Amino acid sequence: MNSLTKREIILDNYSNPFNKVAEEVPGYIKENSRNESCIDNIDLYIDIKDNIIKDIKFSGEACAISTASTSIMIKNLIGKSIEEALNYMTEFDNMLEEKEYNSDIVGEAKVFDETYKQINRRTCVILPYKGIKRALKEYLTKNN
Amino acid sequence: MNREDFPILKSNPNLIYFDNGATTLKPKCMIDRTKEYYELYSANAHRGDYGISLKVDMAFEGVRESTAKFINAEKNEIIFTSGSTESLNLIAFGYFKNRLNSNDEILISYAEHASNVLPWFRIQSEIGCKVNFIPLDNSEHITLENVKKSITENTKVISLAHITNVIGDIRPIKEIVEYAHSKNILVVVDGAQSVPHIKTDVKDLDIDFLAFSAHKMMGPTGVGVLYGKYNLLKGMVPLMYGGGMNERFDSPECVELKDVPTRFEAGTPNIAGVIGFGAVLDYINSIGIDNIYKHEVELKDYMIEKLKEISHVNIISNSDSGIVTFNVEGIFPQDVAVYLDKYNICVRAGNHCAKILKNETKVNNTVRASLYMYNTKEEIDKFVDLLRDKDKIIREMI
Ligand SMILES: Cc1ncc(COP(=O)(O)O)c(C=O)c1O
Repeated sequence: MNSLTKREIILDNYSNPFNKVAEEVPGYIKENSRNESCIDNIDLYIDIKDNIIKDIKFSGEACAISTASTSIMIKNLIGKSIEEALNYMTEFDNMLEEKEYNSDIVGEAKVFDETYKQINRRTCVILPYKGIKRALKEYLTKNN
Repeated sequence: MNREDFPILKSNPNLIYFDNGATTLKPKCMIDRTKEYYELYSANAHRGDYGISLKVDMAFEGVRESTAKFINAEKNEIIFTSGSTESLNLIAFGYFKNRLNSNDEILISYAEHASNVLPWFRIQSEIGCKVNFIPLDNSEHITLENVKKSITENTKVISLAHITNVIGDIRPIKEIVEYAHSKNILVVVDGAQSVPHIKTDVKDLDIDFLAFSAHKMMGPTGVGVLYGKYNLLKGMVPLMYGGGMNERFDSPECVELKDVPTRFEAGTPNIAGVIGFGAVLDYINSIGIDNIYKHEVELKDYMIEKLKEISHVNIISNSDSGIVTFNVEGIFPQDVAVYLDKYNICVRAGNHCAKILKNETKVNNTVRASLYMYNTKEEIDKFVDLLRDKDKIIREMI
């Protein structure tokens, strides 16, 4: 994928973010994620049944990179079991850390492999992942 | 003005620095004066049994004198701190906390910086008094009328920025103080954004306490000033105890403190910083603070006039100071800042430490350009030109 395509995908996810809502979603697990060093601030709403992530939505204010990263993450996680989700995040982290990674599993989130090299945008890329990891961990401790 | 005095503008000729509300660039004279201390007489202060230590004392106390002159105070009314934040904390916890009781009220506004909000919140939770807010008018300004309306018989202190760091309006401090004093209310002024830009005469304004930071007026980081009327400082309790602030001590019952202001400066002070601060006071005096202010307002008016030509730019505040806040329609402020940074333009995106202001303005985050004496119209032209094409911003912001 060349950088122009990556940029287009990021912009597209920013302009038309997947599952972005204006209000709190009742019945879903709510998890806030924000960055100390900037003003990004999102709420994730997660619906998990029988260890499967049925749905995720989000609301809040965030920059283009954070918004696009959240949108892509949500698309990649819906339908996955918790185990598959954790595995996806491990592969995603591997990509960010420039280790070997499974590009089929990372999917569209590959668009961030270069963004991450700009130090001031790292926290933007991982913003939604911080929140979802916390939420999944909490779910696992409660339900297993 | 005087761009050649700033080494950073020489080593970085394309830098356009519009984040002067956060901190300012440093002139060579300040850097040299600090370096001189480290290279030529780097002894401790107040230990004066030998030549270079005496020289330190003279330099350090000389800056106290210059600071006093700069704001028209007396020398023993100037306490050196680490910054406005420490000064405001010392005022709140060293003076007011010991005098307020649970019925008393503190008046601030929604446009204050965190450093002029959180100490008061803390005092409220410790002793049960109440922090109240003076309503802002339609343009987010404080009017004397609204101050009068907010005062009750329990109001004991009003604490306000002279110029706010988000809106940039200049508050009618003199009128507020006059009215407050007629009701036996003391007034604390947060001068972090005003002392560097406008003439501040504490006697004329009759303010009771004033806080400001050296680094926002081209001075070093880690130096601040607390001004208080001498009789009030006499009644203030130090928050830090140790060397340099005591006369003698034998037992807990028998501790004698030094006089005001030294008793508030425990430990080895930021000697190099204070000495460097002295250089910028001389520097500002040589240029004239009124000339600096005039230049800033001229630039600000120019920037506003140009920004108004762009339909997708919403100007949030047009003030009497060098602060302009705006948003580009549909673009997150941080993305605007990241885009401008690609062209070496430094602006700030966010809520500017005034997190409760959104309760009033409904605008959560903004882009802020804050100007100072070394900024130019050419810089503003470049900045404005980069904002004209919204598609370009969107293309380049990631
Ligand atoms: C209005 C205002 N008050 C207080 C402060 C705090 O100053 P410092 O960080 O130097 O202590 C600032 C700095 O941003 C400010 O703008």
